[in-house]
Amino acid sequence: MAKKLMKGNEAIGEAAIQAGAMHYFAYPITPQTEVAEYLARRMPEVGGVFLQAESELGASNMLFGAAASGKRAFTTSSSPGISLMSEAISYITCAELPCVLVNVCRAGPGLGGILPSQGDYFQATKGGGHGDYRLLVLAPSTVQEAVEHIMQAFDLADKYRNPVMIFADGLIGQMMEPVDFSTIKKGKPADHSSWAATGAKGREPHIIKTLYLQAEENEKHNIHLANKYKKMDIEKKSEIYGGLGKPELILAAFGTSARVCKTAIDQLNEEGIDIALFRPITLYPFDDVTISELANKKHVKQILTIEMNSGQMIEDIRLFTKSIKPIHFFGRQGGIVPSPEEVIAEIRKIIRN
Amino acid sequence: MAVNKIFERPVAMRENITHYCPGCTHGVIHRLVAEVLDEEGLREKTCGVAPVGCSVLMYNYMNCDFLEAAHGRASAFATGLKRISPEMIVFSYQGDGDLASIGTNEILHAANRGEKITVIFVNNAIYGMTGGQMAPTTLPNQVTTTCPFGRDTETAGWPIRIRELLSSLRTPAYIARGSAHSPQWIIRTKKYIRKAFKYQEENRCFSLVEVLSNCPTNWGMTPNESTEWIADNMIPYFPLGELKTPEEVDVPTQTMIGKDN
Repeated sequence: MAKKLMKGNEAIGEAAIQAGAMHYFAYPITPQTEVAEYLARRMPEVGGVFLQAESELGASNMLFGAAASGKRAFTTSSSPGISLMSEAISYITCAELPCVLVNVCRAGPGLGGILPSQGDYFQATKGGGHGDYRLLVLAPSTVQEAVEHIMQAFDLADKYRNPVMIFADGLIGQMMEPVDFSTIKKGKPADHSSWAATGAKGREPHIIKTLYLQAEENEKHNIHLANKYKKMDIEKKSEIYGGLGKPELILAAFGTSARVCKTAIDQLNEEGIDIALFRPITLYPFDDVTISELANKKHVKQILTIEMNSGQMIEDIRLFTKSIKPIHFFGRQGGIVPSPEEVIAEIRKIIRN
Repeated sequence: MAVNKIFERPVAMRENITHYCPGCTHGVIHRLVAEVLDEEGLREKTCGVAPVGCSVLMYNYMNCDFLEAAHGRASAFATGLKRISPEMIVFSYQGDGDLASIGTNEILHAANRGEKITVIFVNNAIYGMTGGQMAPTTLPNQVTTTCPFGRDTETAGWPIRIRELLSSLRTPAYIARGSAHSPQWIIRTKKYIRKAFKYQEENRCFSLVEVLSNCPTNWGMTPNESTEWIADNMIPYFPLGELKTPEEVDVPTQTMIGKDN
């Protein structure tokens, strides 16, 4: 199949179908509504189900029920909707059910705005819902990568029996880019017959629950989950971009802001200024090893974190580098994407000092 | 002399002692569901969805696949499961706090979409598990821990009649109210429950059976007093019987846009 020009949101919907997810539950919210609009037409063509739920509470709890079947199902939403879904996400994680959620992040807090943001980094990586749980979080920076992430997400969800979140933003959802589906490796849905709710024919009933009234029993389950999150560590992934051999400044950015940083780096590298980008591709687990190794290099003098929020990932950068080098921050908020010029100006300011 | 077995535990029930208070009718209602699953041969393709409330542990007593939803979300959960596995029989079992308070949005829209699920709605006019607080179904002047002077309809409104509320929807459905307070009504309620599952099996419509139930512990009554209280106080406000069947069509289909019939 040749490359196709597609809007990010539509490409996300198509990718899920190609990954074998035939059941989609969602509620309209800008800037992700095109996923629902695309799938409302597309799902009937492939014999799948699109259900417009009464709310994000409804959509996410339908996903909870669907995931209990062991078959592939997913939802998409944007920040305020993800807040509402956080209840179900906590339950699904505790019940260890595989499924995929996409957050096409918009500006907050509150109703905020409909423009792109990365303000939900904490929500995605540190919790959001109640209790001690983790999601695998993938952060694409192009539409093509979003498509690849969707495919990987279903396989990862199956592998760990854990929800996987795609952390996109309004720009990736709304932007049109050429996408190639043919290069993507398709995984096979896993065999979930040992636990899935399929009717107790010829076997003992399967029970899927999250209630553990005895403290010891609950602790045991929490330890089991914590061990699983530790095992997920092997999935951490990042990219190092640019540099002329011995970068003195490392930019740290993900998703759309990383993409802006690449433009800035191309220009500065051309001028002979040696800077490089560290781009986490998985936000959880975070690639602590790579950023730590970079920070410990002698030639690296400083780190600059660029985010579309007031500074959230920077806390992980500080943590994993043990702040061994000075760490600076530049961010735009409210739905504003930083321009390469702004980033370059910030870099020049830091290098000069 | 040969011994004929005339009464036994339904296969759809496990051999477990329930945690319910003495005199509580949850056990009776569980059994009605289990008998219907056995008699209709549905057990092996049925998934139950437990609520949050006294019956959250229902999976310990039922011998079929069972899942536990978040508080109020059982009908959304059941929707997702049924849509992805339409060959299965999916039922939720929900109390009045779960279904008529925190879960009203989910049940209303599941009914309105005509989800092919069965809902057993147990209404005992109080929050049982949390220790006897006011529910949306608590009767006027009924005393609970959060309306210690009795439910004041001026500030708390009147009890919600779920059967009547859902029956007002245009979407075809089977909606009935039974009661577990007397042998006669237990037998009739079982008929309603059987119909509800049959309609689902035939892929006909959404089905809900409300069952009036008791709560001797939180009502502060003996079991006998509590069943009398259902008859004397609940039934006059929550009339029993079928209110909606899928055969009834009260609005002509000509009102549909773009249809010229």
